[in-house]
Amino acid sequence: MTGNLAGILRKLGDKPWIWSYLGMILIWLATVTYTMGQGGGSIISAALSFATFTVIVGIGQMFVITTGPGNVDLSIPATIALSGAICMKVMDGSNAMLPVGVLIALGTGIAVGAFNYMLIRVLRIPPIIATLSASFLILSTAIAYGRGLKIKPPPLLADFTTMKIAGIPLLAVFIIVFAILASILLNRTLYGRSVLAIGQNMRAAWLAGINVERIRYATYTLSAILAGFCGLLLAGFSGGASLDMGSEYLLASIAVVVIGGTSVAGGKSNIPGIWGASLFMFLLVTMLNTFGASAGIRLIMTGLIIVAVITVAGGDKQQR
Amino acid sequence: MSSPSGNIVSLSGVAKSYGAVRALVGVDLLVDAGECLGLVGHNGAGKSTLMNVLAGTLVPDRGSIVVSGGDRTANYKVSLAHDLGIRCVFQELSLCPNLTVAENARIFHPNLKGWGWRGRAGRMIIGKLDEIFPNHGIADDDVVGDLSIGKRQMVEIARAFTVTDEPLHLVILDEPTSSLDAVTAQQLLTFMRKVVGEGRSCILISHLLGEILGYSDRIVVMRDGAVVAEKPAGAFDRNSLVAAMGDVADEDKIEAHERIEKARGETPVVVRACPQTAGNGRELIAHKGEIVGLAGLAGHGQTRMLLQIYDAVGKRTASTDVAGPVSLVAGDRQTDGIFHLWSIGQNVTVRSLRSMVRGLLIDPAREKAQAEEWKDRIKIKTPDMANNILSLSGGNQQKALFARALGSDAEIVLMDDPMRGVDIGTKLEVYDLIRQEAEEGRTFLWYTTEMDELHNCDHVYVFRNGRIVAELSRSELTEEKVLQSSFEESAAS
Amino acid sequence: MKNYLLSPKFMRSALPGVSLAILLMAIFYTQPRAMSYFGLNLMLQYTVPIALATIAQMFILTVNDLDLSIGPFVGLTACIGATLLQTDPVFGVMALLACIAAYAGLGALIHWRNLPSIVVTLGMSFVWLGIAVLILPTPGGTAPAWIKAIMGFKVTFQLFGYNVVPPFPVFAAAIIAIVVHLGLMRSSYGVVLRGAGGNPRAISRAGWSMLKIKMTMFALAGLFGVLAGLSLIGLTSAADAHIADRYTLYSIAGVILGGGEFVGGRVSPAGAVIGAMTLTLAGSFLIFLRISPDWQVGAQGGILILVLALRALINWREAR
Repeated sequence: MTGNLAGILRKLGDKPWIWSYLGMILIWLATVTYTMGQGGGSIISAALSFATFTVIVGIGQMFVITTGPGNVDLSIPATIALSGAICMKVMDGSNAMLPVGVLIALGTGIAVGAFNYMLIRVLRIPPIIATLSASFLILSTAIAYGRGLKIKPPPLLADFTTMKIAGIPLLAVFIIVFAILASILLNRTLYGRSVLAIGQNMRAAWLAGINVERIRYATYTLSAILAGFCGLLLAGFSGGASLDMGSEYLLASIAVVVIGGTSVAGGKSNIPGIWGASLFMFLLVTMLNTFGASAGIRLIMTGLIIVAVITVAGGDKQQR
Repeated sequence: MSSPSGNIVSLSGVAKSYGAVRALVGVDLLVDAGECLGLVGHNGAGKSTLMNVLAGTLVPDRGSIVVSGGDRTANYKVSLAHDLGIRCVFQELSLCPNLTVAENARIFHPNLKGWGWRGRAGRMIIGKLDEIFPNHGIADDDVVGDLSIGKRQMVEIARAFTVTDEPLHLVILDEPTSSLDAVTAQQLLTFMRKVVGEGRSCILISHLLGEILGYSDRIVVMRDGAVVAEKPAGAFDRNSLVAAMGDVADEDKIEAHERIEKARGETPVVVRACPQTAGNGRELIAHKGEIVGLAGLAGHGQTRMLLQIYDAVGKRTASTDVAGPVSLVAGDRQTDGIFHLWSIGQNVTVRSLRSMVRGLLIDPAREKAQAEEWKDRIKIKTPDMANNILSLSGGNQQKALFARALGSDAEIVLMDDPMRGVDIGTKLEVYDLIRQEAEEGRTFLWYTTEMDELHNCDHVYVFRNGRIVAELSRSELTEEKVLQSSFEESAAS
Repeated sequence: MKNYLLSPKFMRSALPGVSLAILLMAIFYTQPRAMSYFGLNLMLQYTVPIALATIAQMFILTVNDLDLSIGPFVGLTACIGATLLQTDPVFGVMALLACIAAYAGLGALIHWRNLPSIVVTLGMSFVWLGIAVLILPTPGGTAPAWIKAIMGFKVTFQLFGYNVVPPFPVFAAAIIAIVVHLGLMRSSYGVVLRGAGGNPRAISRAGWSMLKIKMTMFALAGLFGVLAGLSLIGLTSAADAHIADRYTLYSIAGVILGGGEFVGGRVSPAGAVIGAMTLTLAGSFLIFLRISPDWQVGAQGGILILVLALRALINWREAR
């Protein structure tokens, strides 16, 4: 009954996120071997800090991608920038204003999500173009609003986002808990089941009594809200908002979703994989840095790994 | 090049299976030069699969293909079929909607290129259209996507008859008149006879038996993936043809399940719907606890009627009134029903999850309980309901879809020809269950293309061209009456 | 005639030209001095590279794919043009040819494994950027003189006895539009290429190779990407790996503005070039209106949404 090796291997095959963790461990070992054991702990600590932000937006992006082919949120970076700028300006470095900042991050997300979905639903614009053109507008708003912004975050926020307990970032702990909650949301709630059903077959989902449009609306809003919070936290972490602080998350949010074992064809997603993939991506860059690779090599490796993963995992029937 | 007296095509022992479904079970088919072969059979009899094999778009599992005397079984494919002079007008259109009429002709002829190709292609296709459909009103620079469905079909047909420098021996016409009006259909059939008179061959597939009887030289009848009858057209009449096509499924069993006729109107009306297309005032009414049949030829508005009812739940619309929750059993399992990444259990419970929420979360115990309950009630043959839905045979997948609908809170169950490709054993089990549920007060709206299923119904509406053309109570229901109203005008030609 | 002018079909096809005309009139109204050879040349300067990149994107969209890497790719070819092509022309030309071959290979990979193009090209955008950074780590390089000469060319021809001097960008854009129109819209193989976007099944049923078609389209996109990069350094004289990052968004927006559809092989080369011009001019217009450059990107998003809204309106009217 137990201890059947073939069975274990098959179980592993069912869990594609395993690979991102395996890759992560291998890369960490390679790095630590190279440095002869120097700084192995601090690398993990840094990886947890930085991966946290990718995980936040990655989870939102994952829900969007899960609703089926063609669904992707390209407005995440712009939303991060806008939310960060407004939050910093309104809070103006005051701890007392922190709750207001949280509300603003939430409000920004709700507004962006509603706008995105309006473009998709009312104007019938394909999601990629809709979120892209929305991101132009959002980014401009952020630039106009946040020009010359050099405001420090409230000390409480800065402390919260940078605090480490025994080397483990506090924020990472929170986001691990959040990922578990998101996993429950995906697998155990009506909303999550509906998202998975829509992603497999939108028409069948409609015929099975699911309110497809409401669920899609909620999904784009969820993604935007998470981007909004990411903006707030990122501004706190890096000592103030900057307009291009979201730009790297356009590619990163999609990459971690794909590497983490979520199907781009929709209907199958994986939250543990997002953590694994985010850590993997950060450790990969760290390893290349340690080996003394230049910025160019780091970029090339990142890109090739994304293409390799999708080539191996791909071959789904859907396009795009 | 052609052999005037010999046969153009000879298929023997052609077989094709899709998973557990056997679409063709060893078919022999001969087409002589200068003959029109009529091919008839119910939906799923294997006609289209056979034609796809002949056109080279489908590779058979077994069997040999001989064209103009040469064995071509190995590496037979579309381009080879084209070079050998075999063309096919497929049931679903194979035109590119973003291109013009002339450009679509060019797609079909690889050697239509070089300077002035556009003019040549345009003249060729318009010339052929003029020949087949005088006064067609189509220009060579019309974009196909802007044309009506009838005109698109005319373009597609004309294109199959155009010739550049490869031979043309055989044109397969798969339901060519389905989108044509009476006049253009007549023009096509006349043209087809003329082509046949010139020594070329045609295979005509049509559900309009009048066309088949009136225009073909020889008729082949298919059923369940095999040829069951083959005679000169003169040896058939309408009745013998229907009899040859008809399913003769265990009639005694069906009889045994006859229900006691009840007077209509003893229970309240739960569905009242008027077809949105071309109303003639007739509406569909279903009383609580009734099994209402939607009959007629495939694709004459029955599915649209069901979707109209499905969509009207919880809304007030002028044409449709629905009292109570509704669920739908899909007929096209792959596109309308199955969630292919999920387990059997998840596929069964998806419609009922709302009632399984405890707090904020779905209760896995209740989910499992419902899955297990229906595994026993509808006898889904699987060791474990947690297995993937695709591990089931087609019939059992369909049972899971029935379980989804019947296990839900729905008081009205819509069925969209759900027994397509399901074995007889499964059918009988499900019929029992439906009758049982109806006794308990559920209402069923059942679209079916299979005659014997209508015997399960209390009341039958016959559809044609999106309208209700006849209404039959249980005692009035006979196969002839249904067929008569289904064909009416179109078969009179 | 009046009926034809009001028909949805005509309105849809006229929309790109009308948008451009309205924008031009608005510019001349707010800044009459722009209505000169010099003014037009200046405002439309970047039309040529943007139009070439837009055409590249259009080839990909024709076969129902999407290229999210065209910006970094243009940046890479610009870097090659400003370094290798200048120092070692033979090697430079070979490098550019290799770039085009890589694009054809991507097309083959996407078709062979049936991959979502959005993820593959996303990964490749890292790769292009990485190679560009390796070639040119800091902004610099020199454009070959002959490219600068071409881009600074002054066209003169005689018309009714007058010397006509059209602004070079307008002249070049017209040439690009005509060449691509002849190749894609009029030639006999162009029909097959477009048909592959409209109904791929019908195309393979008619015996054409979808693999060959995809490779051809991707190779053409690569070719026009190379041309975009070279024309860009002809204007800027120097290059930078990030010089064309924005072009990904511009190119998608340009195709859509020009009346191209996201799926179904409905594209228009002339429209795409007009779309690229509209985008270029939108920026100048805002400057003339003395609106802060912060809103540049936003205005482009706004115009995109506006045009798509108009198109949705036309389609909606047609559906009724």
